[in-house]
Amino acid sequence: MMPPPAGLIEVVQPGIGCSVQDRGRPGHRHQGIPAAGWLDAPLAQAANALVGNASGLAVLELRGMGLELRVHRGPVRVALAGRVSARWQRHEGASALLPAWQSATLQDGDRLIPGMAETGCAYLAVAGGVDLPPQLGSRSSDARAGLPGLLGRNWKPGDLLPCSRWPAGDAREWRAPPWAVPNGPIRVLPGPQQDHFSAQALALFYSESWQATAGQDRMGLRLSGQRLTHAGTDAAEIVSDAVAPGAIQVPASGQPIVLLADSQTVGGYPKIAHVISADLPRLAHLPPGTCVQFQRVTPGQARQALQAQRQAWQAWLASQEQFLPPGFIDEEALYRNNLVSGMLLAKP
Amino acid sequence: MSPVQEPVLLALGDSAWTVQFAKTIHPDIHARVMGLGQRVAQLREADPLFAHIEDVVPTFRSLTVHFSPMDTDSERLGERLLSLAMEATKASLAGRSWRLPACFDPRFAPDLAPMAQAKGLQERQVIERLLGSSFRAYMIGFLPGFPYMGGLPVELAMPRLASPRVRVPARSIALAGEMCAVYPWDSPGGWHLIGRTPVTLFNLQHAGQAAMLAAGDTVRWYEVGLDEYEALFRQCQSGEMQRECFLGPEPSA
Repeated sequence: MMPPPAGLIEVVQPGIGCSVQDRGRPGHRHQGIPAAGWLDAPLAQAANALVGNASGLAVLELRGMGLELRVHRGPVRVALAGRVSARWQRHEGASALLPAWQSATLQDGDRLIPGMAETGCAYLAVAGGVDLPPQLGSRSSDARAGLPGLLGRNWKPGDLLPCSRWPAGDAREWRAPPWAVPNGPIRVLPGPQQDHFSAQALALFYSESWQATAGQDRMGLRLSGQRLTHAGTDAAEIVSDAVAPGAIQVPASGQPIVLLADSQTVGGYPKIAHVISADLPRLAHLPPGTCVQFQRVTPGQARQALQAQRQAWQAWLASQEQFLPPGFIDEEALYRNNLVSGMLLAKP
Repeated sequence: MSPVQEPVLLALGDSAWTVQFAKTIHPDIHARVMGLGQRVAQLREADPLFAHIEDVVPTFRSLTVHFSPMDTDSERLGERLLSLAMEATKASLAGRSWRLPACFDPRFAPDLAPMAQAKGLQERQVIERLLGSSFRAYMIGFLPGFPYMGGLPVELAMPRLASPRVRVPARSIALAGEMCAVYPWDSPGGWHLIGRTPVTLFNLQHAGQAAMLAAGDTVRWYEVGLDEYEALFRQCQSGEMQRECFLGPEPSA
């Protein structure tokens, strides 16, 4: 039997800052290939959960604006996660706002125009995942590795994203309260080259309120604040060694750079600290001008934080509930409650 | 004198350990890095403690092991890595040995003449010194497939360009410090461009090893003229010429 034809979403306008992301492609760093993958794993996985996807399917990461999608072959079920909403322009002309944290089923010709994520990063999941051919085990975009993520090149108007078609029948959608991103200082472990900094610089690193700059992309985030001085004249450079997302490098300028998912695999600047895994997702939500502080924790605390995050995410998953979107006439419920037949059988 | 020190264990966050053998570059240090890398590769197959390692990255002077923090006893893994590093001897297996074509036509070598002049050498003398050298790939990084290769004769050592180029053409052979490299991609870059190879250094069709060169490999250059360069380039692009064609006849010392 032929498989049913896949759903297709047309990219009407690619906009800027939108990419396809999944867990990324670890396992190739020795070849200089970054792991890439979504910046905020729990948020991306929440979007997946809302459309009933298995964890790990590819989603759209929204870090800019101007993206416009149109259902080419539907129905297609979608959901947004993050502080974001989208204009949902139905094929028959009506327009509505699609908020985050609920699924919606789009029909042929429906358009979806996501707004700018308030925190700088949000996710759009489609049922079945963005089903592009994987490269080196992942569908994540990575322009540096010649893997811009859509058919090996940058997006163009008219590109088609394959996904699943949503079967007709059950009109119930899923919703959940927002997945809460914690506040407070970003927790770090001491970096491998902490000894390249003066005691004064280390104290300053942990006391300063660092401002996120516009110098940020999926590779890294430049912070600005008081200058951190190195321990000696030659302490501002090292013989390159491996880096990983979360590494906080301080070049000679004294202004820290936090590496993110697409960062290169090796680097030649001393690393003063390293963001713990549980707080990596928060680095995706520091639009220019926001301030962060860093707090040193122990390896044990880093592990507990990761465990607590997993538990909180499971609790969030369990908080999802089904609902009927407004405007839909639930014939089944009418029958079940004997309202329709009751009316028919009513005798004058 | 070999600058080998006691290895040190450094945390790269909560999901990677770096075992650092030294802070400087030396072939003996790199051989120990590769030796530890081989040991870890064996243990990934055999020891449950190593089961959730995701990446093993050799660099000039250290080995970094990336792992899944939720599935790994990080502390115990770190202790094991350090004790293995103490025992680590030089790599028992040599890397592959490549003989790669290089074209020094002026159109590919904008920095050859200024470099020769700065060094008080003829251009031909610079080329001869390159062709007489055996390079060792210490590390792949900066860009996917970009090899940092040591072994440049010290009399050719140069600091990087004061202002980097916005676009270095793919397959450019480049020198900086005591290193030689090849840009696998068009990219910005600050190294001195002294030639170009027709061989593609990164190819996703080789799913297991998209990067042609690996840390531990050795490379010797042989000179080709422009016509041969063009022919080899076409053959490499069409797939008629596989990368294995460029493996050297015997491992170099």
